[in-house]
Amino acid sequence: MNVIDLIQKEQEKSSVPIFRPGDTVKVYSKVVEGGKERIQMFEGVVTVRRGGGSAETITVRRISHGVGVEKSFLLHSPRVDKVEVSKRGIVRRSRLYYLSDKVGKAARIKEKKAVR
Amino acid sequence: MKNIIGRKVGMTSVFTADGRYVPVTVIEAGPCPVVQRKTKATDGYESVALAFGDVKKSRVTRAITGHFKRAGLEPKRDVREFRAGIEGIEQGAVITVESFAAGDRVDVAGTSKGHGFSGGIKRHNFSGGSASHGQMIHRQPGSNGDTNAGHTSRGSRRPGHYGVDRITHQNLEIVRTDVERNLLLVRGPVPGPKNGLVTVSLSVKTKVSA
Repeated sequence: MNVIDLIQKEQEKSSVPIFRPGDTVKVYSKVVEGGKERIQMFEGVVTVRRGGGSAETITVRRISHGVGVEKSFLLHSPRVDKVEVSKRGIVRRSRLYYLSDKVGKAARIKEKKAVR
Repeated sequence: MKNIIGRKVGMTSVFTADGRYVPVTVIEAGPCPVVQRKTKATDGYESVALAFGDVKKSRVTRAITGHFKRAGLEPKRDVREFRAGIEGIEQGAVITVESFAAGDRVDVAGTSKGHGFSGGIKRHNFSGGSASHGQMIHRQPGSNGDTNAGHTSRGSRRPGHYGVDRITHQNLEIVRTDVERNLLLVRGPVPGPKNGLVTVSLSVKTKVSA
């Protein structure tokens, strides 16, 4: 393995759970506020997983106060404390861009009940 | 001494402690033994000659072998002299990446990639002409200047050989050092192709607190 690949590998986290677009996740990220660090939770549907290796990002979508909010996280960043999967969804796309055109009932995702 | 010779390995990105994802160039640098310590008395100026890189013995001339032998060393591939910040460095010393620390500002010099005979667009960032609308000038350099002058003004930008120049990138930040693997991770790109020889030294823009 060459040095570049090794450095890339070292950047990656070992403890990222298995999830895919359509799943609902809780992302715990560290935020600095007024010189103090605290952990902020953002729960929503994963719409995109993008990139590979340590550069992988996920986009999480939720409805907050009636407004759709999408947030991107660098999955392997030290600022992302942990990711928890709360629901498995059934979707037939890898990029759920269609969700942004839908509101309310139409934006629901069928849930996978059985444990993988 | 913050001078070292290295080999450009390639580029990647790493996370910094504060969570930024920064582009870095990986340089495999050192260990560089001091081959010669030039002094004002014997050579007319002060400098330290460092050596770097393995070389097959059969590829080295006897003269070079002898030069290394005087320092008690096996021949190395490349030798470079450094004249800044060399106090207290004597023959027999070995410079490693340990002399650098994350956060240091360095200048990285190397030989840029060769582009051969290149036109004005690649070489001097000319704009070029329109691709359509009946234009007959596409990648031509355009006017060459004043005809009344009777000669071409000096330094006029024309097509010609591009690349294979010594280029120094100043004031680059060292993001990380890896003593075990002899690596320097420098923020941003550095001149030259992969496997190209580069020299890393403390930036001339660094303010030295005396």
